[in-house]
Order: sequence, then structure tokens, then C-alpha cells
Amino acid sequence: MNILYDELLDGPLPAVDKQALLQALRAQLPDLDILISEEDLKPYECDGLSAYRTTPLLVVLPRRIEQVQAILALCHQRQVPVVTRGAGTGLSGGALPLAQGVLLVMARFNRILEIDPVARTARVQPGVRNLAISQAAAPYGLYYAPDPSSQIACSIGGNVAENAGGVHCLKYGLTVHNLLKVQILTVEGQCLTLGADSLDAPGFDLLALFTGSEGMLGVITEVTVRLLPRPPLAKVLLASFDAVEQAGAAVAAIIRAGIIPAGLEMMDNLAIRAAEDFIHAGYPVDAQAILLCELDGVEADVHDDCERVREVLQQAGASDVRQARDEAERVRFWAGRKNAFPAVGRISADYYCMDGTIPRRELPHVLRAIAELSGKYRLRVANVFHAGDGNMHPLILFDANQPGELERAEAFGGEILELCVRVGGSITGEHGVGREKINQMCAQFNSDELTLFHAVKAAFDPLGLLNPGKNIPTLHRCAEFGAMHVHVGQLPFPDLERF
Amino acid sequence: MAYADQDASAELLEQVNQARARGTALQIRGGASKAWLGRPQQGEVLDTRSHCGIVNHDPSELVITARAGTPLRDIIVALDDAGQMLPCEPPHGDDGATLGGLVAAGLSGPRRPWAGSVRDFVLGTRVITGLGKHLRFGGEVMKNVAGYDLSRLMAGSFGCLGLISEVSLKVLPKPRCQAHVALALDSGQALQQLAHWRQQALPISAACHDGEQLRLRLEGGEGSVLAFRERLGGEDFAAGWWQDLNHRRLAFFHDPRPLWRLSLPDNSPLLDLPGAQLLDWAGAQRWLKSDTSPEQIRTSASRLGGHATCYSPGCTDSPFQPLPPLLLRYHQQLKQRLDPQGIFNPGRMYAEF
Repeated sequence: MNILYDELLDGPLPAVDKQALLQALRAQLPDLDILISEEDLKPYECDGLSAYRTTPLLVVLPRRIEQVQAILALCHQRQVPVVTRGAGTGLSGGALPLAQGVLLVMARFNRILEIDPVARTARVQPGVRNLAISQAAAPYGLYYAPDPSSQIACSIGGNVAENAGGVHCLKYGLTVHNLLKVQILTVEGQCLTLGADSLDAPGFDLLALFTGSEGMLGVITEVTVRLLPRPPLAKVLLASFDAVEQAGAAVAAIIRAGIIPAGLEMMDNLAIRAAEDFIHAGYPVDAQAILLCELDGVEADVHDDCERVREVLQQAGASDVRQARDEAERVRFWAGRKNAFPAVGRISADYYCMDGTIPRRELPHVLRAIAELSGKYRLRVANVFHAGDGNMHPLILFDANQPGELERAEAFGGEILELCVRVGGSITGEHGVGREKINQMCAQFNSDELTLFHAVKAAFDPLGLLNPGKNIPTLHRCAEFGAMHVHVGQLPFPDLERF
Repeated sequence: MAYADQDASAELLEQVNQARARGTALQIRGGASKAWLGRPQQGEVLDTRSHCGIVNHDPSELVITARAGTPLRDIIVALDDAGQMLPCEPPHGDDGATLGGLVAAGLSGPRRPWAGSVRDFVLGTRVITGLGKHLRFGGEVMKNVAGYDLSRLMAGSFGCLGLISEVSLKVLPKPRCQAHVALALDSGQALQQLAHWRQQALPISAACHDGEQLRLRLEGGEGSVLAFRERLGGEDFAAGWWQDLNHRRLAFFHDPRPLWRLSLPDNSPLLDLPGAQLLDWAGAQRWLKSDTSPEQIRTSASRLGGHATCYSPGCTDSPFQPLPPLLLRYHQQLKQRLDPQGIFNPGRMYAEF
């Protein structure tokens, strides 16, 4: 089923008179940068999910919040769909443009407005990069905890829109746990403050609702995040296992021992070998699975915890447990994990990254099922796993130049996500639904639940002009998806026309 | 230990559907331990306590799932048996407080600035909606960004957006070591000292100036807690004091004047308001006993970027700080979409919805 916006399935979009819109924008905002030519629009036709592309109607690159306000007011008045984009690193197509819509690029809002070391907050514009916040806070011994792998490039506005995670979520939380306040513009272009500089705000927790709402409810114009004191010490243990099941059991044992690691990551053999080839992190290439366990905090506690975790790992059957000898080795251990995606990119023409979450106890069962599906679809899969918080990133290896392989990869991915839902998990832990997982939403939520989501949307954007077609599928799409789904297992995939 | 265990969701749904059919208001009630907070209510009582029991608690998953009418005490005991806790430290005692009420009111205890709020630990909810459906949002996994985050929206919504029937909360292991230290500092010195400590990684998990001295709770590993305890000097005191603070049983709260809660940014100075003050949350939550006007109190809080809630029934028509007009409009629109007939706790938070 086509993933690009389909008016038959996703609902009709208003017809937009491009020339009239352009004239109105130019008349009202003479100094606004507008891109319209084919070659200028090209770089904006996709985000981090590059398999799906649409050329936007036009791109606007405002520099002042008043311009964004005017753009929104004008688009609202003329009923023009608006897709908001930050750094464009999202992996679920949340910023995939619309042919009939304006692409609103917030990347130029890249100023850090204030670092308050006493209140431990940073007030920033939405286009500020995630890592830039920590860098600006570093002179005060502070940092911003959520660290998605793309942190060098991704911007905080997108982090809020997607409720971005990272490798330290179990201990330090997601984006939603590290926010105090956001300023947004409503679909009509009016300013609204959600949250507060205090730890709570009166009324409903609209800050929580907006976090992860994928640009469907408003446009983020300013973000105030909480900063944390940098832990004085971090140590990492690398444990090798002869079986994936053992590694899974070791994760549960660490948690049962009352220890909350700062990071707890698992990689399977294919991922280990790819990463080792690329980064030379010193990983054991014969191990069936490795666990990376980072412990941070005050020195005395970290040493105690390291000893405890080492014992637990050994009892759980680890064939080898190594503690990074120095900071350089610790960084190397992590570099292997953080570069697992590009490393897999070196051994396969293309890969498709999944983002399902599961209760940790289901890990052995789910990994076995993925291995079986790998046989069924004749595609290899490398498993990288935020083991501490049950967030799996199976990477499906394929070659888009081989006819049918992309389609097989998509179908394989779809089955993995539905499996995650069946065992009590979710189709997405941190990448978002966007356009990519729009069909799998039908597996996670029933039509009454989707109806309530649409009701929330309607409270903020009754005309459906903000990021149409993302995050929540129409009931019609789910009905079609359900009908197709019944037959999917019986169809020979290479022959299935899906585009 | 055995707990009451009963699924009464069908009966609750039936009562909601009857209210929808008649267009009559419901006041949702668990143990009624927080019934005094918010505006007075009309309407037929919907008692959640028949829908109770722990549905799932797997300590190695760090999650507990229970029905809304489960006594909070049962949940704390079950977690305690597994060496775990609710990090947001909600008040719980013999007052009959339930899990549903905990989430609906969203009140956190002394650990809140360091550990997070009730909402921060909500992973999933089941909700009976104003459209007469029993639905599930979120789940038992730590990370879940599919769809809008309705579970966390329910936290602190005082039952105005739907009937919470079941909740999954993230739980954490209890700290291995604790210490309780009182330091002879006045409130101004205490705020200065806390501001200085805020920029360091220290094992502080509660900080309250009780009007006379700064009381600290230290939590963490033995090494860090004992070392910091040593460094501080001061006097030890018993852990039970924090429970008295959390349940507002300290002598400070016996003052007959109205009680206000001020939520302020972390670096706020001392407030010059008539009455007595107690500083919790390292200064971010201030309790005020005062006869002065609600307007004066709210102006002081707003000027610093915070807000004020009246905890004494009857002394203002709007115990929660009034919302700016545009924000109020979106509250009304959300309420209208999720509870079109306005049957759930109308007027509990604000007169307008």
C-alpha cells in the first residue's frame, strides 16, 4: 500500500492556488525567503527516511517568529496545509512534504537564548541542535540528558515534536521528562505557552500532550529544557555471551539487583561484526551477543555498582566481562554502538531501521521470531537494542536496486512491529509514527482509540491543516489496511505491486 | 499478602453510559482523600473502589499495573516487598487514597524535583471516555511514542477528560542508603546553599526549610551518601519527618489561616508575603499560611514565573490559578471534544469546563 499521501485513503486535501499563495506571501512578507524552483526544492523532498520523497509545493525559510506567525495565519485563512521541518533527521517521515502543502523550515531559529546555571535551564530556539545545548551548558558543569544518536545534527524542536530518546533513557528519561516549557504557535498563528519555568503549571498537562505530537497540533517556536549536573564519573562494562537468551536474562538480573544503569545496550553477532569492522572498538566478534552497561554518578557509588554488575553478569553466564580501562576505551566501546547503523550500511546496500518496543522479558521470544521472519523474507537482519528500556532497532538489510527487495523489507518490518504490539509493546519507541508506520498504527490502536486521537487533533486543528496524513491514520486507511493484511501472508512478495 | 481483586469495568462503563444518556454530571471518586482540592462539585458519585487489584507487577520490568480503585497503600506495600518504590513519592496514608486519584490529582511528594512528577512515571492508562468507550493508551513499556500521549495528559486532569480505569506506572528500586540531616541555616541562607549545590551531582533527594532549619534527605549508594553526610555536619533526624511533611501533619499546617501552595522556578528569591512560609522542593514548592488576598498571592507567584493553588476549600472561587484566555479556550475545546456532554467532573478544575 502506497505510503505517500493518498487522498482516497488519507482524506481530501484542499486545492491550493500556488500562484495566489505565492503572491500573498510576497505581498505580506517581502523579506521572507521562499524556494520555488525544482532544484531548490529537491533537498527538501524527504527527511531522514529517504526511501519516500515528495516535492513540496514551496518551501519557506523564516528568520523571525513574526514571519512564522504571518505564514500560519495566511495559510489558515487560505486553507493551505503546512508541514513543519527542523533539521530533517527524523527517521519516520514526520517531515515528509506534501505536494499541495507549504514546507515550513524552522532551521534558521538556531539561537541559544539563555543558559541559567542556577535554575539549571536552557532556553533555546527550536532549530538549535541537541548537542549544541550540552556544549553551551558544559562550562557550568551541566548538560542536556536526552541524546538521540543523531544529536550532532538533530534540532530540539524536532526532539520535542518526536519525544526523542537516546541511549540513556532508562535513567534520565525521554525528551518529555526533561522539558519545562515550550512556546508554540497555534494553527491560526497565535502564541501559546505550555508548561512553565516552575516544575508544574496550572490546567491540563498540554506540554506532555504536545511532546511527541509530530507537528500535528502546533508549531514549536521556543523550548526551555532542564539541565543536569554532569556525573563526575562514568564507567562501562562490556560483557560477551554465547547466546542471545543469556544476554536477555542478564539484563533482567541487573535490574532485579536494584541497579539502574545509565545505559544498557545489546548487539547481536551481525551487528557486532559490522561495528567492529568499521570502528575497531575491540568487540568480541565471536560472541553471539554483547551487553554494554554504563554506570555513572559519584565515584564511590560507581565503583560499587561496577562490582555488583560484574558479579551479576558472570552469574548470568557471560563468557567474558571487560571494564573499559580508561576514558579512551570507554569512548571506543560506545563509538561501536553509536555507529552501528552506518556500520551496517557498509555491509549492505540499504538497510531499514525498525523502532519497536517490547517488555524486556519477551526479548528471547521476539528475537527468535525475527530470525524466523528473516528466513521467510530472505533478508538478513542485525539487532541493536536499547536493552534497558526494551527498545529494539532491528536493521533489515536489503538492496533497493534488486526488484522487490524494498517491498519485502517493508513487509518484514511491518510484521516485526505487529509482533511487538502482540507481546504488549509498541510500534515505535522513539522514532515516531510519521508516515512510515501509519499502517501499523491500525495494529496498535482500534478504531475507537483512533477516533479519540482525531478528537484531540480537532481540538487544536479542526481543519486538519497541520502535517496532514501523519501520526494518526484515518479509519478508512485502517479498513483498507486490514482488508489487505488478511491476504498478505498468501501473496508472493516479489510480485506484489505496492507502489 | 492478598489484595482485593475485582474487575468492575463493565459496571463503571454502564454508569458512564447512563450518565451520557441522561446528560447528567458524574463526580468521580476513589477514597475521597483529595475531594477538598479544587472546586466543589455537583452530580452523581461514581465510586471507583469496586474496580481494584494489581493486574501485573513484574519487578524486573520496573512496571506496576493496577486498577484505578486499588488502594495506594496496597501498591506501596507490594512494591516495598520487591524493594521498589514510586519515585514521585505521592502522599499515602490511612486516608484511603487510590491509584486513580493519585494519577488524576497528580500530587507528588518531597522527591519530585530530583526524581520527577506523577506524570513522568505514567506509562499507560485505560480510560472510559466521554464517548462511552473503554480504551487503552500507552502500555507497560518504557518508551512508546505511537499516537498522542493521552496517558500523561490524564495525569493531573482531575478526572475532567475521562474516567481513568487502570494505570501502568514505572517504578524504581529503593535507594540502598539514606540519611536525614538538619542544618542550622535561615531560609535565605538555605536558598543560597541549595542554589550552589544544584550545580553539582550530589545525593540529595529532598530539601525543605521548615522555618527554622534546612532539612535534607540524602539517598544513593553508601559511598556517596556517607561521604556527603560527613561533609555536611548538622544533626540527624528520623525519616518519619518526611511523611509528616508529605501529609501536611507538621505543626506549620495547623495554623488556622488559609493554606496556599506556590510552585516557583528553581532560582526564585524569598517571597515577601504576609503570613508563614515553609520551603519544600529546594524552594520550588512553597507552602504559605496567609490571610492575604488571592490576587496578591497570585501576582507574587506569577511575577516570578510560577503559580499558586489554594488548598483551603471555600476561600476563593478558583483554587487553581486562572488560565490566560487563549489557553483556557484550548482547554475548553479539548474538554468539548473528549467529553462533549460534559459529564466528567464538570467545574472541578475551573468554572468554565
